[in-house]
Amino acid sequence: MKGLIIILMTSVLVNNYVLVRFLGICPFLGVSKKLNQAFGMGVAVTFVMLMATAATYPIYSYLLEPNGLGYMRTIVFILVIAALVQLVEIILKKYIPALHASLGIYLPLITTNCAVLGVTINNINDGYNFLESMVSSVGCGLGFLLAMVLFAGVRSRLEEADPPAAFRGLPITLVSASIVALSFMGFSGLVNGLFGA
Amino acid sequence: MDILIATAIVAGIGLVCAVMLVLAAKFFAVEEDETEKQIRECLPGANCGACGYAGCDGYAKALAADKETKSLKANLCIPGGDAAAREISAILGVEFEDVVEQVAVIHCYGDCEHTAHKMDYVGIRTCEAVKTMYGGDGKCTYGCIGLGDCVKVCPQEAICIENGMAHIDTRKCIGCGLCAKACPRGIISIMDDVERVLVTCNNKDKGAVARQKCSNGCIGCKKCEKNCPTGAIKVVDNLATIDYSLCTKCELCAENCPVGCILVSDFNGIHNAKKD
Repeated sequence: MKGLIIILMTSVLVNNYVLVRFLGICPFLGVSKKLNQAFGMGVAVTFVMLMATAATYPIYSYLLEPNGLGYMRTIVFILVIAALVQLVEIILKKYIPALHASLGIYLPLITTNCAVLGVTINNINDGYNFLESMVSSVGCGLGFLLAMVLFAGVRSRLEEADPPAAFRGLPITLVSASIVALSFMGFSGLVNGLFGA
Repeated sequence: MDILIATAIVAGIGLVCAVMLVLAAKFFAVEEDETEKQIRECLPGANCGACGYAGCDGYAKALAADKETKSLKANLCIPGGDAAAREISAILGVEFEDVVEQVAVIHCYGDCEHTAHKMDYVGIRTCEAVKTMYGGDGKCTYGCIGLGDCVKVCPQEAICIENGMAHIDTRKCIGCGLCAKACPRGIISIMDDVERVLVTCNNKDKGAVARQKCSNGCIGCKKCEKNCPTGAIKVVDNLATIDYSLCTKCELCAENCPVGCILVSDFNGIHNAKKD
């Protein structure tokens, strides 16, 4: 149990995928203009990360690993994640149209989101078992959601600020993103301090 | 041998994914209404909400759902004008009804020559924000602030800020009404583009006060009211207001206005404007 909590804390705060590992920067900068959109994207990514881990972990451990094909995992995972997202989209459209309408535009974007691929591959690299992998992917998703929501708040302040002409638009966004990333470095000793692990 | 196994396994996974997707697409297919798609293509896609529905998709959906009873009018899209209404009528098989095109007009002419600022405002450059500071930085607390909240929302780039106030080029205006919603003063209104006269003032102060604030301000002298043969123009709250259902476009009010705040022009929108 303690191990699972450590994994969750690590993936949400210490190894935050966006702000510490710098994966998934594209949606982080692209969809963080409005808070509700950022939240929608964050929830969609969390959901897809969970589904992707649930699908790729068995494929790796029962199909690739026994046949000595561990080195093929990147390609196989991309394939599986892309197909999975499409499948989820089709099913959502049929049964939960309201959720499809709100997530719909983000789902295809997530297909090629490197954070999702990163989570599935890192779970294998870190040697997690199935349960640990699932906890880790939920944590990474929540970390992504946290980063998106935090940065949406920062950006709504930026809208009202009046930076010099050369900094307007993307430059000031990148500068503020790096400052938010810096603030997450403060979490680096958190797990050691709390659990003494 | 290894390479064959690797190829077979990866290809197998790909095949399984493909079969799953094909099956899913077949079993979970959602039937889409062809009529709705066709109607949606006729609409301009401004998503302005002038029809009363949430965007063009909403209107197309409502029309398609209504194709049996045909009780919903096909001419509600004002930005699309006659052209869109004609195409939709053809798709639904109903008779074409003319669209009354509309344009946005500003009830103010307080530019830098007619009125002045009472303070220097430093802060967020939107009308909405300035309005919260003592009713705005201009002398007149009813008129155009001139920071262009309306310019930002206009999908046609028909509005520009000149000489401290907003001007609408009605020849580009599609009558979507987004500017009227954005204006914190509420001085932009949407009117039928067949009208010819317009009161370019929104000041409800008493005559002498209005006069001090702006040389174009309506002083509520009721000259227009007395001259109007049909009683279409009335002074309400020290401000002349035109009831367009009675107006015969005789322009007598404009000729007799001592401050000249009644404007005569053809407010033709984008659909009826003469092409230069």
